[in-house]
Amino acid sequence: MNNRKLKNTLSYIKIYFGIGISVTILFSILILVLINGIQNLSFEFVFSLDAPRGFSLMPMLATTTVIVVLTLLISVPLGISSAIYLNEYASSKSKLVKIVRSSIETLSGIPSIIYGLFGFLFYVIVLGWSWSIRAGIFTVAIMILPIIIRATEEALKAVPMSYRMGSYALGAGKFYTIRKVVLPAAINGILASIILSIGRLIGETAALLLTAGTLLDMPVNLQSSAATLSVFMYTITIEQGDMNRAYATAIVLMALVLSLNLLANFIAKRLKRD
Amino acid sequence: MTKGVSNTFKKRNVNLTETIAKIFFLVCSLVSALTLFIIIYFIFTNGVPAMFQVGFLDFITGRTWAPEHNYAPQFGMLPMLYASLISTFFAFIIGSRIGKWCAIYLAFFCPKKIYKPLKTMIELLGGIPSVIYGFFGVAVIVPFLRNNFPGFGNSLLAVIIILSMMVLPTVINLSEAALRSVPKHFFEGALALGSTKTEAIFEIVTPAARAGINGAFVLGIGRAVGETMAVIMVAGNVSQMPGSISEFFSTSIFFAPVRTMTTGIALEMSYASGLHRDTLFGIGVILFTIIIILNISLTILNRNETNYAKES
Repeated sequence: MNNRKLKNTLSYIKIYFGIGISVTILFSILILVLINGIQNLSFEFVFSLDAPRGFSLMPMLATTTVIVVLTLLISVPLGISSAIYLNEYASSKSKLVKIVRSSIETLSGIPSIIYGLFGFLFYVIVLGWSWSIRAGIFTVAIMILPIIIRATEEALKAVPMSYRMGSYALGAGKFYTIRKVVLPAAINGILASIILSIGRLIGETAALLLTAGTLLDMPVNLQSSAATLSVFMYTITIEQGDMNRAYATAIVLMALVLSLNLLANFIAKRLKRD
Repeated sequence: MTKGVSNTFKKRNVNLTETIAKIFFLVCSLVSALTLFIIIYFIFTNGVPAMFQVGFLDFITGRTWAPEHNYAPQFGMLPMLYASLISTFFAFIIGSRIGKWCAIYLAFFCPKKIYKPLKTMIELLGGIPSVIYGFFGVAVIVPFLRNNFPGFGNSLLAVIIILSMMVLPTVINLSEAALRSVPKHFFEGALALGSTKTEAIFEIVTPAARAGINGAFVLGIGRAVGETMAVIMVAGNVSQMPGSISEFFSTSIFFAPVRTMTTGIALEMSYASGLHRDTLFGIGVILFTIIIILNISLTILNRNETNYAKES
């Protein structure tokens, strides 16, 4: 009996240790970045346009925005269309669909350094684009594709079959039904996945370090090499070793990524409630 | 359809739109899938020949990485393989336990009132970019290790700590989903037979959720093996490994700087050329193979298990 009691206590210790340590980690990161970040943050550091190289985040914010917007322009239509095919058209028994599904599954498990390696090899060397924003865009576009496909599929699956049946019964074709009935009903889930991918894109470093480069200037065009916010975060911490500016960058980066995550969370929860 | 029935021309038009739409969606999904094969093709066609040019065994088991040496460059990646595997191993041991316990708390013990904020916090933890984890390592963990242990702080131990933190959200979220999907009567049956709440959960429900939890673990391992930026920032990046068995079993290995496969690729890619660059793709091939093996082993591991999470 004593043995059982001991085991019981031990189990409780394990559980509370587990949750305690996870909460501690998040809070220590948040508090560290918040306290030191606010001390070093200034309006000029974030928004100044004529500060010396590396003393204003404006070029990095511009690069990040360009990369996020253009990447989404590629991945979102492609990803949603793929998901529509997989969920609405394909029969789950066909071999082709199985191959497509498992390759997308595999894509989602590949670490970002492999995407960087591929992007460097294919866009930077084979296509001769050198380190450039466009090489970065095409690399991360592949990287977020599986995220969008998966989430869109989930959202499409959540649309009740009766919606489609009702639409067919009223005489609508399949394509019309998808456009006017299925997609509008799934829009919240799709939106959440897009916002989540934006967060992932802003935080991505390894793949962009190898393809878009580390130049800290305002990007002129898509051929120019430029650092995103998170790549700058890396170079300022490691190569320049300036912890004050690193803290200020960290708080901006964290604020962007965490608020996007919270927003995606909120939209996804609203979806569940409906 | 009334339009279509009354007017055959229009009906044909509708059919054409339907066909074009279907083909368009099919092509899109094929393009998405094709990207995987393009990635594999390019990395393997550059990496594999380089591996054989160096000599496959020399490449895998060589202990010296001196690619810039003028007349006798050496491409031994064993130290990087060792660093990747050992850091992932320890991060997995730590992260999987803590993650599982945390998932058990969230699924069975958490009061309703604090569940939502806690769950949101765990999800936020997963959303923090890896470069921020690395920064946390540089700002907190490395100085702490430098002040309290031998060495300069940039070490295998720092990598293990950071990686165990980073696998937590993946392990917690997926394990919790797996635990929740186990049918309620498993738990209730165990209680009815006289077991305590903790016994029912640890000895009945958790084993029943094994398939899903294994999946969570494998994804966590994959994340740890492939992690680059956070590791680069705290590892010290020296390509070295213990020279003898006795050194391997001493604690000094934890305080020595290491260089993993991912950081090797990221650090040298910008200036490498010729054979050196191709051997970096060779390292990519090994990394890719490890990820594929992980995926396959999960399928084999779960072949005879019931995955309640997938069934529902």
